[in-house]
Amino acid sequence: MSDSAANSGPVLAADGTPLKRSLARALRMQKMRALALISPLLIFVLVTFIAPIADMLFRSVENDIVAETLPETVVVLQDWDAASGAAPGEALYDAFYIDLVLAEEQKLHTRLGTRLNYEKTGLSSLFRKTGRRASRFDTDIYTDQLIALDPSWKDPASWAAMMQSDANRTALPLTARTWDRWAAYLTGEGDDPAKKKLEDFLYTAAYLDMAAGHAKGASDARIAAAAAAAPGFETVSLKDQFAKADKAWVDPSVWETIQIFSPKYTNGYFLNAIDLQKSPDGIEPRPENQQIYLMLFKRTLFMSLVITASCILLGYPVAWILANLPSRTANLLMILVLLPFWTSLLVRTSAWKVMLQQQGVINDVLVWLGLVADDARLVMINNQFGTIVAMTHILLPFMILPLYSVMQTIPPSYLRAAKSLGATNWTAFWRVYFPQSVPGIGAGSVLVFILAIGYYITPEIVGGTTGTFISNRIAYHISSSLNWGLGAALGSILLGVVLLLYWVYDKIVGIDNVKLG
Amino acid sequence: MSAALTPISRKPVSFYVPVVAAAGAFAGLFIGTAQGSGLLGIVIGAVLLGVLAYAATKLVPSEKAARWGIALVFIVAGFALGALPGAIVGGAFGWFFGWFTYWLYEGRYRARLVPYLTPGQVLWHYTFRVICGAILVFLITPILVVMPLSFNAENFFTFTPEMLRLDPAGYSLKHYRDFFTNNDWQQALKNSVMIAPVATLLSVSFGTLAAIGLSAEHVPFRRAIMAILISPMIVPLIISAAGMYFFYSRIGLQGTYFGVVLAHAALGIPFVIITVTATLVGFDRSLTRAAANMGADPVTTFFRVQMPLIMPGVISGGLFAFITSFDEVVVVLFVGSAGQKTLPWQMFTGLREQISPTILAVATILVGISIALLTTVELLRRRSERLRGMSPS
Repeated sequence: MSDSAANSGPVLAADGTPLKRSLARALRMQKMRALALISPLLIFVLVTFIAPIADMLFRSVENDIVAETLPETVVVLQDWDAASGAAPGEALYDAFYIDLVLAEEQKLHTRLGTRLNYEKTGLSSLFRKTGRRASRFDTDIYTDQLIALDPSWKDPASWAAMMQSDANRTALPLTARTWDRWAAYLTGEGDDPAKKKLEDFLYTAAYLDMAAGHAKGASDARIAAAAAAAPGFETVSLKDQFAKADKAWVDPSVWETIQIFSPKYTNGYFLNAIDLQKSPDGIEPRPENQQIYLMLFKRTLFMSLVITASCILLGYPVAWILANLPSRTANLLMILVLLPFWTSLLVRTSAWKVMLQQQGVINDVLVWLGLVADDARLVMINNQFGTIVAMTHILLPFMILPLYSVMQTIPPSYLRAAKSLGATNWTAFWRVYFPQSVPGIGAGSVLVFILAIGYYITPEIVGGTTGTFISNRIAYHISSSLNWGLGAALGSILLGVVLLLYWVYDKIVGIDNVKLG
Repeated sequence: MSAALTPISRKPVSFYVPVVAAAGAFAGLFIGTAQGSGLLGIVIGAVLLGVLAYAATKLVPSEKAARWGIALVFIVAGFALGALPGAIVGGAFGWFFGWFTYWLYEGRYRARLVPYLTPGQVLWHYTFRVICGAILVFLITPILVVMPLSFNAENFFTFTPEMLRLDPAGYSLKHYRDFFTNNDWQQALKNSVMIAPVATLLSVSFGTLAAIGLSAEHVPFRRAIMAILISPMIVPLIISAAGMYFFYSRIGLQGTYFGVVLAHAALGIPFVIITVTATLVGFDRSLTRAAANMGADPVTTFFRVQMPLIMPGVISGGLFAFITSFDEVVVVLFVGSAGQKTLPWQMFTGLREQISPTILAVATILVGISIALLTTVELLRRRSERLRGMSPS
């Protein structure tokens, strides 16, 4: 006890620093080194995989196309009361005219029409048709009158110079905004806005600004002169022009749709994905004949459950026999399980196509055996049956392998002990063996279910129309109908389900314990 | 269980003859319906097999001679009914029934079972094995059907009468010839071969480093990092494909070779992580400390000590990543353009449009490749276990 004084101070490392700090530093170094090794891959996965997923989630709510294509219209439309039941006033059509002509120049109006067509059929052709006519509306009277007042209005360079001045920009706000959009588009195309011929809508914007009285007392002499003359100009009603182009433009329901979908973010795609839609009266079910997604989700879940159940049914005996045979025989039989596991998915799918089709192997054998008449061959493909059989076959190894690894750890002596204590075969299995194999069933089922729910290739080839999954619909929206937002919303819902299952799987098995082969 | 031996004895006629007759009736049912009358088939099958079983066991002294005799009878009968293929099927039948008769007659079915089993339990034991056998056949048949069909001389996806007659004219290598000469297929093969190795290299090099980092003792956020790295395996391919299509077209990678390689590398990473971390679990850390102790710097330690030991895991992870990329069709369908058409993509379009059985020839070649890969992985697993001092099973 004599050296207790020496022990009372902090324990020191060899270099004289306190041991505690020295250890903490070493630990920190270790952590840093581990993170340094992980970070390249983490960044790689974040960029190549997580970012795309995030992008998809974003697309499912993104809706800036309306606000971007029709910026002026959206602002005016905000003040319009859809409940009034009357078409909007002149101001809206003025703004819409400018937006539409600009969009038509950039060929954006058809895209917008397609987007809005998802919500209200007929809008696509309406936009396409009117887009062509809008540039020929009678607004050239404003152009003529302004030029008659002062021929310099005709000169694009003078406009470009005019729009440089802040005072002029405050005097003609709408014109300034329109000019900027026009100039940005031309610059993007490689043209010089100061040289390109001026279009009618620019003169219309200028007239609208002057008529609204913004330009009163403008410092620029040309603007001041025009502003003074503007109240006396001959005018044209753009509302009438639009009504003449298509009666639908004075139909309030069209404007309601545009109003509903003018915010930059929308839950509209998600609502569509569950067979609902946004309407002026709030959220309501889609028309009966367009309700397919809930049915598809239900079918996907139902078929995945059937596939999982058949995998358990077929996988359990095989896993049992693999776990209970001598290892030499078991390894030999294991090859039969692993070979399909390693074989290309397309090879197995094509094999099932060959087997199941009407002139296929199974039907041929049945006909040859006389079990089925030649003219009454079984329809086993392009329906739910085909998808279930082929997918059960494809996913069976994913059930057998986890089951097998769990069953290997159950000592066979337990069963013998149960039997020697008087249990019948069935009791011994059900009360002793089965409960111990449940973790394997859980792991295999979640794995098979997760894989089944997102399958695309096999249902696409053997599923026909009644055996397809929600993934086939997602693929259709992305590559054929080009309704990306809806595809992304369907994908997000599916992703949510899978992540939930992934979490369950993590709880049951732990992602670290996933084994392959 | 197989260690326990039960003394066996010959069984009475009243047991095995009816059982063999029942089996004969079952087989007769199929042959009967195929020939026109099921009922007649049952009766003929039962009587024929019953008589044969009785005659073989009671009248012929040598088992070998009796079994050959039964097989011969069936071969002749089969030939009479259906020429060469009939003879082969008949021979198989005859061999089976000869074996089955003596298996029952001598009581051999008891030999490998524990003595205390009741007859019901013995029956269940073998029924269970037959069920398992049927399931294993279910697993393997589709692959076995594809192989012979790929030698079809016709452009059908089904067995022609010539093929069933084993007529050499019904078989040909024309689909293989088509695969090796057709431009579309060769281009697809070339694309696959160009994409898969590069993607594998990317995922293996990043993945191995990260797996080593992950297996360190103190890793902050280990679970979260692991979840992110494994996620490409869990997220349904169609969602990955959709996301990548959106994102890659934003950054100009959609429809490029580089984009497909990156996408495939991301999909292969979980496999590398899983196999390499599994190998590292058994890695003895004192080895690296010993190396450091003897003056090796970390890089030397890694390449001279750690790498050779975890190599099997790295290679099998790489094989998984390779097969993932080589097999992948959904993502390449969306991320790639016509210039990146891979072999699975070409097969997919072929299957949708039912072009020709060239697909089956390709499928057979791919099965061959997977058998080669499976063997490699299995050998590596054994080597790895041996290196780690475990006895390979």
